[in-house]
Amino acid sequence: MNENKFASIFKQNAIWLVFILEIIIFAVASEGSFVTQRNIINISRQVSYYGIASIGMTFVILIAGIDLSIGSIITLVNVVCAYLMVRAGVNMIIAVIISLVMATLIGVLNGFMVASIGIPALIATFASQTIFEGIAYLISGGRPIAGFPASFAFFGRNSVGIVPICAIIMIICFAVGSFILNKSYFGRYFYAIGGNEEASELSGIRVNKMKYLIYALSGFFAGLAGVVLLSRSMSAQSTIGKGFEFDVITCVVLGGVSVNGGVGRMSGVIAGVLIIGSLTNGMILMDVSEYTQMVVKGLVLAVAVGIDCMSKRRQTN
Amino acid sequence: MSEDYVLELEHIRKEYPGVVALKDVTLQLRRGEILGLIGENGAGKSTLIKCCSGAVIPTSGKIKIKKEANGEVKEFTRMTPQLAAENGIAIIYQEFNNVGELSAAENMFLGRPIRKGIVIDRKAMEEEAAKAFEQLNIKINPRELVKNLSVGFQQMVEIAKAIQQNAQVLIMDEPSAPLTTNEVESMFKVVELLKSKGVSIIYISHRLEEIFRLSDRIEVIRDGEYVDTLITDKDPSTIPNQVNDLIKLMVGREMTQKYPPREPCIRDEVVLELQHVYGNGDQDISFQVHAGEVLGLGGLVGAGRTEIVQVIFGARPKDSGKIIFMGNEINPKSPREAIDYGIALLPEDRKRHGALLTNSIKNNISMPIYGRISKATVIDAKRERSIAEGYRQDVQIKCPTINQLVKNLSGGNQQKVILSKWLAALSKLIIFDEPTRGIDVGAKYEIYKLINDLVEDGCAVLMISSEMEELMGMSDRIIVLAEKKMMGELQKDEFNSDTIMTYASGIVPEHKREAV
Repeated sequence: MNENKFASIFKQNAIWLVFILEIIIFAVASEGSFVTQRNIINISRQVSYYGIASIGMTFVILIAGIDLSIGSIITLVNVVCAYLMVRAGVNMIIAVIISLVMATLIGVLNGFMVASIGIPALIATFASQTIFEGIAYLISGGRPIAGFPASFAFFGRNSVGIVPICAIIMIICFAVGSFILNKSYFGRYFYAIGGNEEASELSGIRVNKMKYLIYALSGFFAGLAGVVLLSRSMSAQSTIGKGFEFDVITCVVLGGVSVNGGVGRMSGVIAGVLIIGSLTNGMILMDVSEYTQMVVKGLVLAVAVGIDCMSKRRQTN
Repeated sequence: MSEDYVLELEHIRKEYPGVVALKDVTLQLRRGEILGLIGENGAGKSTLIKCCSGAVIPTSGKIKIKKEANGEVKEFTRMTPQLAAENGIAIIYQEFNNVGELSAAENMFLGRPIRKGIVIDRKAMEEEAAKAFEQLNIKINPRELVKNLSVGFQQMVEIAKAIQQNAQVLIMDEPSAPLTTNEVESMFKVVELLKSKGVSIIYISHRLEEIFRLSDRIEVIRDGEYVDTLITDKDPSTIPNQVNDLIKLMVGREMTQKYPPREPCIRDEVVLELQHVYGNGDQDISFQVHAGEVLGLGGLVGAGRTEIVQVIFGARPKDSGKIIFMGNEINPKSPREAIDYGIALLPEDRKRHGALLTNSIKNNISMPIYGRISKATVIDAKRERSIAEGYRQDVQIKCPTINQLVKNLSGGNQQKVILSKWLAALSKLIIFDEPTRGIDVGAKYEIYKLINDLVEDGCAVLMISSEMEELMGMSDRIIVLAEKKMMGELQKDEFNSDTIMTYASGIVPEHKREAV
């Protein structure tokens, strides 16, 4: 029994070994430039957007759903927030709040399509991905919007000591995510629904209500990631969020959240985010071409899902 | 003279990390016999047959096969699905491997179609299928889509497929479980026909009367170990004694009573009353359940029993009529609402609808009451634990810890977890839909005792059961449904399986006709 316990602890934390191994490989390959203080701070900024968005995605995948719309939500939040500040002259804080409410409402719309109408999540969120990307282009006309108040850079560019504000926001978000998953009863409901929707409903969980909540949270966290990203770039681009959902899904699945639902932990997702973040950074640092990066990331996703599916198959045997 | 064994399993052992599913099982199947294989749930029957099919790889042990009577004995340490097929072993599982959208003939040749060049030769397959059906004396149109066939015929397609592949050993896992009474009869005929043709059959069933009817010998396994093999005595007068012996062998102790005694405890208070309820296909259902009473719902599968309890539990909408609960009219739109009123449902399909298999015992028990044991959505973890611990002791859930996942429990213990959940929710009406389906003899008795405790504490119990004995043994009163309507009501002193069957088949007996 003891041996088993050890094995299961090892398995749960194996992902961190992968992370450490990755750091060592990049540190050696880049002759140290990967592990300089400057680059580490850089990585912490880069991972923060993925990290923030991954919390909502974790909930979604836990209930065996998927949210492909978050890239478009990020784009739209960038464009709308910039539009409000620059063209409509809205106060910065109010522009941010409106953007976040809008992102959450897009999530609610996804929830409506999935829960109330019954469209498969893949298709429902794929549709909203296209819809909101289109709307972002309609608003911006495809041109970048820039020229915000300098104070807006606070989220994306400032630091407390050496720790970037955006990394702090990510850490707070992870704490909130962990709390929801482990301490509040919502977490129990999420795991139950992911395990068996019908039995959950018959155990008194209002499954549809939870789906609304989860897709709304996914929209909200994506929106927050969008605001931080805008604050970093200080210019709203209509292509900024393209493909973002892919990276976030990879982080979450790599972190051990099963695409079949019901299994996964927040700590694993943190590791997944760090691995993908440093992988991207390391490859850029090593001058790996963008296309090669795509190949590598695609492989990582396939391997991560493959491991999950294989372990599921072994269990049923 | 040495026996002619077609299949021998020698000292099969199967270990999973942390569990030994099979300790040491030996089984010998004679050519042309029907061997009944029995054991409690979790005794290892399924694992054993999976070792034969190649789905499970034994940790140790030998599998010997002698396909032809005068052929050579082949020895294996493990099987693969392909090896099993080559050596004439076929398995009919509880869940069929049919593709509903394909025809009966196409299903029979699934994965190995007859071809003319690269084109599938549909006609040849249909002819072959028709021949196989004819051999089994069954009338199925080979072109019929399998989804349009009754469950009984779907099973026949599977059997025909095995025979067409020249199976010498047919292993049947609970073949009668999904079938209606008539279908069971036809299946028996096919099984006996196969035996007369020299096919050897391992027949697994919980229903001992079937085992007596069909088998030549009966092997008992318990806790992954071989216990004994008896020769079946078909003399009806000896069967009760044989049943007792077998149960003793299966559970390892003597079972004196099937149903625990209960002090009469029916109170005047009406917990649930239905007045002319229509919905979910059911029509005009009216009855009352009192506190402290077990009301049995009898009838055939599809009579509308599960349908009406789904309406009461808020899982399906009601069209018209009144549901009165504890004196107030209610109209639950969701299970959540019904639960909040104090209604609980233990569904028929425990694994799909009842238990959350991938969650812990503790989480399963707390699931409906998180609202109550949380402050501002934050769970009071200490209270959650102590509630689960309490029920674990009260209803005696056998488990190492309450953090164990429910999928690792036996059927009886899973049922106890589901019951604990509803006790924790302080339910006043507890609906059992087939409370002991798939639960072994020993655990059944414990479930019955728990039902007794419930009514003695003043709960009302509504119990659906297709097992006549259980229905009569546990109920204070029985209502029989047929074709979505109420056929009649029997008081305790009127209980009689013939009357219940007559009602269940939709016939109202002569002397009751005026009353209805």
